Parts: sequence; structure tokens; C-alpha cells
Amino acid sequence: MKVILYLIRKEFLQIFRDRFLGKAIFAVPVVQMLLLVPAVTFEIRHVNLCVIDRDMTPASRELTGQLEGSSFFRITRKTFSEEEARTMMHRNRCDLILQIPEGFGRNIARGIPVPVQVGVNAINASNAQLSWGYLNGVIQTYNLNRLKKGAGMPAGVQLQQVSLSNRYWYNEMLNYRHYMMPGVLGILVLAIGFILAGLNLVKEKESGTIEQINVTPVKKYQFILGKMTPFLLIGLVDLAIGLTIGIFTFGVPFQGSILLLFLSSAVFLVGVLGLALFMSTFARTQQQFMFTGFFFIIVFVLMSGIFTPLESMPLWAQKIDLVNPMAYIMRINRMIMLKGSGFHDLRNDLLALVLIATAFTTLAVWRYRKTA
Amino acid sequence: MKRFLGFVRKEFLHIFRDPLTMIIIFGIPAVQILLFGFVVSTDLKETKVAFLDLSKDEITRTLSGKICSSGFFELGADLTGYHEAEHVLRKNKIKAVIVFEKDFGRRLISDGTASVHIIADGSEPNMATLITSHISAIIADYNRELAGAGLQQVLLVQPEVRMFYNPTLKGQFMFVPGVITLIMLLICALMTSITITREKEFGTMEVLLVSPLRPAQIILGKVLPYFILSFVDVILILLLSWFVFELPVKGSLALLLAELMLYILMSLSLGILISTVAKNMQQAIFISLVGMMLPTVLLSGFIIPVESMPMPYQWVSKILPPAYFITIIKNIMIKGTGFLYVWKETLFLLVFTLAAIGLSIRNFKIRLQ
Repeated sequence: MKVILYLIRKEFLQIFRDRFLGKAIFAVPVVQMLLLVPAVTFEIRHVNLCVIDRDMTPASRELTGQLEGSSFFRITRKTFSEEEARTMMHRNRCDLILQIPEGFGRNIARGIPVPVQVGVNAINASNAQLSWGYLNGVIQTYNLNRLKKGAGMPAGVQLQQVSLSNRYWYNEMLNYRHYMMPGVLGILVLAIGFILAGLNLVKEKESGTIEQINVTPVKKYQFILGKMTPFLLIGLVDLAIGLTIGIFTFGVPFQGSILLLFLSSAVFLVGVLGLALFMSTFARTQQQFMFTGFFFIIVFVLMSGIFTPLESMPLWAQKIDLVNPMAYIMRINRMIMLKGSGFHDLRNDLLALVLIATAFTTLAVWRYRKTA
Repeated sequence: MKRFLGFVRKEFLHIFRDPLTMIIIFGIPAVQILLFGFVVSTDLKETKVAFLDLSKDEITRTLSGKICSSGFFELGADLTGYHEAEHVLRKNKIKAVIVFEKDFGRRLISDGTASVHIIADGSEPNMATLITSHISAIIADYNRELAGAGLQQVLLVQPEVRMFYNPTLKGQFMFVPGVITLIMLLICALMTSITITREKEFGTMEVLLVSPLRPAQIILGKVLPYFILSFVDVILILLLSWFVFELPVKGSLALLLAELMLYILMSLSLGILISTVAKNMQQAIFISLVGMMLPTVLLSGFIIPVESMPMPYQWVSKILPPAYFITIIKNIMIKGTGFLYVWKETLFLLVFTLAAIGLSIRNFKIRLQ
């Protein structure tokens, strides 16, 4: 036990004697929180629309007026030339083109259906679908309004309509910051733990100081524990810093138990540190470790469900996620912070994290060789 | 010249002898393309929803049947009361609860209107908006059915939609340009800054500086292998996205390759600039990752749309070269536009490159401390 304490003390001394590292440890949570959380938003505030109105009658103006009135659409240009509209879309000045044909008003008054053409910039497929959905909604409302005004309601047709209302629980206004904050906390802990611990061990290898420890009677498990504990503590301190900033700067509510959040993050960190130490036994240089580490972090984060729902991934990817600790902590953080889920709701995820942590740590102890 | 070629050969050997570097250069792009292509998706696929049917009549059964058979949703649970909604949503398996009001069918027939209420899990806003918009589309369909053929004729304005550039609405169109931009930056800027600082750290830079090679030759020799490798890499990414996702290059290939070279040149000069500032590898890595990669991933608009970010973020993205490059590459690859549409962005990249080179020359020191 005493040996481990000495090792831990040595690590702390080493970390804080490095001026750069000592500062980075405290700067990273601040920067990550302030930078990442407000940046990530998939909300579409408005869509730029270009209108080609070849009709210019009160009927067509009513339709464009309704579009103008909605806060979602911003009519950036009205033109008569299709050419010009296409150029605008090429130049990214508009994402939607609405073309109202000549004779629109006349035909509608006579009860003849009129096609209107809608062009959508579909490079971003999901945005395209969403903005087309909104535009279609406005057009359908226009149709219904005309009906209600009694313009040509055929006899015998009685309007029966199912109306729809909705509410969002846990995040009433669909604030993306509330959604991102718990996820960014996961990334923070992952990045700090993984990179610091891994680089630390590789650096000892690079500078040869690991030899000096290898010739001492320190046992394998003592060495690994001595490496893990300082970074576990640093990770948790960073989590606390990040959490404080997140709650006070972005007003993210905290519904659940703080203790549970720290407990699950600690288990997660043990897994991450185990993996980092395991991988560092393969790397010869810091550069090698950085690149493999960077690669793993990207895969972990992209597959964790931070930007996109896990349920949308193909089945094989969901299977891979069973061993991705990031997927668990992402879910756990969100559930604790936003939903106030308790131990009972989370027990399966927590159990999985404990298994992952045990497995990775065992691997690290097993792989570490005292003989060069 | 011969000396210089020998030096370039040495650099190539450095790269080829390190299997890990090779994996990074060719493995990471492939994995990223495949990850983004197959894994990162926001489509609803059999999302589990729960029903709270307070009416249990013919019409609510039809409606819930329609929702569950749409392919987007799957029946997760049948609830009996509001108190259960809280419970199932907290478990996180069910993403929304759909409530049919009491006497739904009777109200619809006698009053002409009845209401459905959705309680969606707002802790995942993307999912929540998608769920409500899909359900409202299903209900709108049902409403049209209810009104019958008579109404079809009075819905006079009939929109016809055309999806430009990406008619089949593939998600890959969005990120292939982004991945190319990111990978080039990773290889050119990060890797070159590291190789140069490594020579400094290991003391081998001294050996190079006292050799008859001129400083410019040293730097040029360092970056030339990366220039060639990253160019090969781009070709591989383009081929991969063509064969796997059928993503074509609509515009001129020559123009695309020329712009790519300019971008690679810019990334290399950024890498050199970083290496003149950083004292050791760790700092070079840190500056590249935090100062370059992070802003690129976040603010270049390749995953997250920049338009909805707070103003200061948008300003930063305005001076971020990768953001300009993404516009260029999207224009040429996907929209198929010519040079006229991208000359401003190209000019910006050019100016940025020259500035980076100028600054590195000023910072470069032949003498070691």
C-alpha cells in the first residue's frame, strides 16, 4: 500500500512540475465546456427562400405573404428568372426555390388544381426534408384556409380532422445546450484520462525512466495502480470543474444525484485508463500513441450517440457499441442530469461499465512487462 | 539537387518504415468514410414508442396501427395511465408516448375533431423533433383519407418537389467533403509539424542544420513526401466514396485536383508554421489538435450547421480556411459549378497560404538556443 502511495506522489510531482501540463489540466475543462456546448446545435432557425412569382395576383401574394409571415422562412429574393434562382442556390444564398406559375390565381378561382414547383438544396439531406416539410405544411394550411372560407367546398363533404399537440419532457424548449452538456462531460473525461495517462507511460518509455522503476521491487499491479490513481483523481476534478461551468454558464438543470454521476464517471474512467495503459504498452513513441489514441477517441465519440441517436445505427454497429464505454457514459450522464434517473434505472449500464473497466485493467496489468 | 533528392528519400524511408504512420495515413480516412457513411445517421428506424390509449376504439386502433406499420416506429409498451409515462421515458428505452384522448372515435364523428397528444423525450432534441414531425405527417395523411376523394379536388395548390444536387437524399453527400478536408489537415499540418519538432527534440535537427543543405531545402524535403502521400490519399478517398456511396464528381476533375493541391499546400505551410512556434512534439500536437482540428470539426459546418451557432462562432468560422475549402469542394463535387463560383474562396486560401509561409520564414531560426 505504502509503495502505491509513493508512486502516486511521484506521479503528481511529475505532472505539476511540467508547467504546460499543470496548466492544461485546468484549462481543458473550461475551454471544452465554453467552446463545445454552445457550438453544437442542430436547430434550424430559418431557411432562405427564393420566390419566383410569375403570377403576381392577390392569390399568389397571399401565399408568399404567409411564407413571409412564418418565422421559419426568410425570403431572400423575389425574381422572375429561374436562371437567377438557380444561381442563387449554387452560391448558397438560398436553400429553397418556390415557383408559382402564371395563371395561378385565375385557375384557383375557377377550382382548377395548380401545380407549384419547389426546389430544395438537398446536400444536407435531413435539413432538406425538414424544410420541405415546413413548406408543404404552409401550403396545406393555405389550402385548408381557402376551404374554410367556403371556396368550393363540395356538398356532402364534412371535414373530420384529428388534431395533434405535443410536449417535450425533460427539455421543454428542446434546448441543445442541455442535450450537449452531459455529452461533453463524457468527452472531457475520456480525453483527459486517455491522453494524459497514455502519454505519461509512453514518455517514461521514451526517456528510459521506466527502466528505473522496472529494476525496483514494485509489483506490476502496484505500478499500474500507481499510474491510474492520479489520473483518476485529475479526471474527477476536471469533471467537477466542467460540471460547475456547465450548470452556471448554460443553466443546465441537474435532476439526479451528483454522487451517482461521479460514481459512474469514476467507473468509466477506470475503464478508459485501463485501455490507455494497455495501448501504451504497444506504442514506442508519444507520436504513435497520440495517433492511435486520436483514432480511438474519434471512433468512440462518433459511435457513442452524442450527435446522432444510437437507435439509428445499423445493428452491427449497435453490437460494437456494447464494448464502447463512451456509449454507456453518454446515456448515463444524460439520464442522470436531465431525467433524474436513479440507480435502479441505470443498473444495467453501470454493470456493463464495471465489466468493461475490469476487463481493460486486467489487460493492462497482463500486458505490462517488467522485462524490456 | 542530388543532395536534396537524397534528403527526400530519407524522409520517405522514415515514413514507410513506421507502420503506424502508414496506418494513420491510409487507415484513418477509410475508417472515417465508412463510419460516417454507415454509422452516423439520424434516420428513425423502428423507434420504440408507447401508446396510452384512453379510448380503445376502432379509430385509435387504426391510427396506432398506421404509426407502428410506418417503419419508423415500433410498439414498445401499452400504458394504462399517465403515471406510467414518466416511468417508461425515464428508462430510456421508449422515446415517446402517444396519448389518444378519451372518447376519441366518438368525438371525431360527432364534433368533427379529436386530439392526439405526443409526449416526446426532449433530452434528445434531434430525435424528438423527428418523432413529432413523422407522427404529424402520418396524421396528416390520415386526415386526408378521412376527408375522402371529395377534398382531394379542392386542395388546389399542389406542390411538386424536386431535390437538387442529391435527389436520393443520401447523408454521405454532406460529410465526404468534410472528411477530405479534415484528413488533409490531419496529415499535412499535424504530421509535418510533428516530424519537424521531432528532429528538434531529438537533436537531429542540429545535424541537418550543419549539413550543406540550405534551410529552405530542409523544410521542402520534409514536406514533399507528405504532399505526395496526402495527394494519393485524396484520390483514394474519392475512389472509395465513388465505389461505396456512388458519390460522383460532377464538376471538373482538373479544377478539383488543383484546388486540392492548393489546400494541401496551405495545410503544409500551417504545419511548418506550427513547428516554428512549438518547442517540442507535445506542444506541436497540442497546438494542432486544439488550435486546428477542433475548430475545424466544430466550425467548418461539416457536421454541425454554422448558421445556427452564436455570432462569435460564426465570425471564427469566417476566418477558418477549412470552412472555405469545404465550400469549394462541395461546389465542384456535388453542385458541379465552375471556377467562377469559387474564385473568392480560392483567393482566400491563397492569401492564407502566403501569409503562413511568410510568417514561418520570419520565425525560422537556423541557430539553436
